Amino acid sequence: MATISIKNITKSYGKTEVIHGVSLDVADGEFIVIVGPSGCGKSTLLRMVAGLERITGGTIEIGGRVVNDLEPRERDIAMVFQNYALYPHMSVFDNMAYGLKIANKSKDEIRERVGKAARMLQLEPYLERKPRALSGGQRQRVAMGRALVRDPAVFLFDEPLSNLDAKLRVQMRLEIKEMQRSVETTALYVTHDQVEAMTLADRLVVMNGGVAEQIDTPMAVYDRPATRFVAGFIGSPAMNIMKGAASGREFTLEGGTTLPLGEAALSGEGRPVLFGVRPEHLRLVPDSEASIRLKVRAIETLGADTLAHGRFDGAGAEGGEFIARLPGKTKLAEGDLLPLAMDPGSIHLFDAESGKRI
Amino acid sequence: MEKRVTFDNRLLPYLLLAPQLLVTIVFFFWPAGQALYQSLLLPDPFGLGARFVWFSNFEYLFNDRYYLQAFVTTAVFTFFVTLVSMTVALFFAVLADQVIKGAGVYKTLLIWPYAVAPAVAGVMWLFMFQPSIGVLAFYMKALGVNWNPVLDSTQAMTLVIAAAAWKQISYNFLFFLAGLQAIPKSLIEAAAIDGAGRWHRFRTIIFPLLSPTTFFLLVVNIVYAFFETFGVIHTMTAGGPGRSTTILVYKVFSDGFVGQDLGSSAAQSVILMVVVGLLTIIQFRFIERRVHY
Repeated sequence: MATISIKNITKSYGKTEVIHGVSLDVADGEFIVIVGPSGCGKSTLLRMVAGLERITGGTIEIGGRVVNDLEPRERDIAMVFQNYALYPHMSVFDNMAYGLKIANKSKDEIRERVGKAARMLQLEPYLERKPRALSGGQRQRVAMGRALVRDPAVFLFDEPLSNLDAKLRVQMRLEIKEMQRSVETTALYVTHDQVEAMTLADRLVVMNGGVAEQIDTPMAVYDRPATRFVAGFIGSPAMNIMKGAASGREFTLEGGTTLPLGEAALSGEGRPVLFGVRPEHLRLVPDSEASIRLKVRAIETLGADTLAHGRFDGAGAEGGEFIARLPGKTKLAEGDLLPLAMDPGSIHLFDAESGKRI
Repeated sequence: MEKRVTFDNRLLPYLLLAPQLLVTIVFFFWPAGQALYQSLLLPDPFGLGARFVWFSNFEYLFNDRYYLQAFVTTAVFTFFVTLVSMTVALFFAVLADQVIKGAGVYKTLLIWPYAVAPAVAGVMWLFMFQPSIGVLAFYMKALGVNWNPVLDSTQAMTLVIAAAAWKQISYNFLFFLAGLQAIPKSLIEAAAIDGAGRWHRFRTIIFPLLSPTTFFLLVVNIVYAFFETFGVIHTMTAGGPGRSTTILVYKVFSDGFVGQDLGSSAAQSVILMVVVGLLTIIQFRFIERRVHY
């Protein structure tokens, strides 16, 4: 168990800088999820913590010790890989015992620790099998077991659930969370799946283009996205974002429609901003109360919810794509004009140029 | 569903197979049959006639001290050629696997010796190590080594082993490199995180995962040392000094074409054929199953 302190980390391959100064402090026992689209540098960041990639600039501390120049084995970490990385020529037992054998633990201690992990992960019946005789979920459990038995200061997870099917992923997600809670080991978890990120994290790090755009609790990231990118990335379906200009209490869309800003009012005239509202914060209202009207083009019924895709009435020739998430029983038809109102306080404004939250 | 090709013409499938079958029959089955038949004959000294003697050629061979000695020589030769060429190739492959810049050039250069014919390789090595004209032999003598493979049988053996192994290194290197590159990097990384140092990783992860490649190469190299090193031996030592580098294949040649004992030579060929057969069976048994994982 340990804290992690990442200070202004950068990474370059030759002249190309891929990570531009990320800082992060992780408390002891905290579960941090690093989320972002592919190529954003999240895996590279994790691999630098693991010691598999050289650090170009900045420092990484694990448990108060700077580990920049330490080999992976000297960092007291354990890692779970996306493709499991199980040793194919060893039995499940030997896979889990590999690190302990290297650490020169006694035979009894190895048997006890592997046995304990196997019980916890329900792997006891499979200890003598080779990895190829296991299902995907079982292999993933072995990979977790291998990390668990070593009792490291930090767990690192590199997209561990990406190779599993949807149902198993949900189950394993819970198991990972429970395991981490019960052993209280600090964990860094990389994923591109925002549902995984939201459900697992104590705190989220949303990365884009080698920069940490926001570091906060999942709910704070959802409620107050720091940038336009975070607003579009977290939440499904994605937030509706429209270009326009804000003047006092009103927001004028490209195309001329005006919307009331309510509490989000800005000082100044005609400031170019991005206006965001989440699909789930729209309600169907009587026509007289509507602040926006949606011309329905396609309907997706999900059971609990119905998604109405379309463009808002009065939008210009381009853009104006809009999604509303309505209760599942709402009767809709393509071509309908839906009068919608926004929940108070659900409006997000971002600077048009910098994309920063206003 | 099984995929079957159907032909309208009944003759066509046979015609399509004919070239392959013809080559096999003319260049393998026919000579092999001839050898089998010859091994049962004892030709007269002038080659005008032959007497059918059943298995006496074989009987004679197994009582021949020189033939049994050739077996031992072959075993020693094969063991060291295989060991040296595989060890050196594995070492090079491990190094090449870590090269990032100029990897292509490095690999190409290492593969070149494979394109050299055995006889040419032999002559090349001879030029370097021949005691009176060899370049390297000159320096070895300058360093005080009593270098004379023309008279010293151990030195002669060392020399042919070196030349034969050198030629095979490229081939082994290629397969080892491919084998190494097929091992997922994340396995090595997982082992590094598990606390294994370089050597330990190689011993417990990389080498076991290479075992199918290693086994395949082991068989190929044994076959090579047994049967394809004639050119090297012939150009460098001609089996000498004093039969010390006469391996089985070389004895087939020298008994048959130098000693004019075609019956014995044919019997030796038959025995070698059986050896190839056994090696092939072993190879297929193990490789097909991919023993380890």
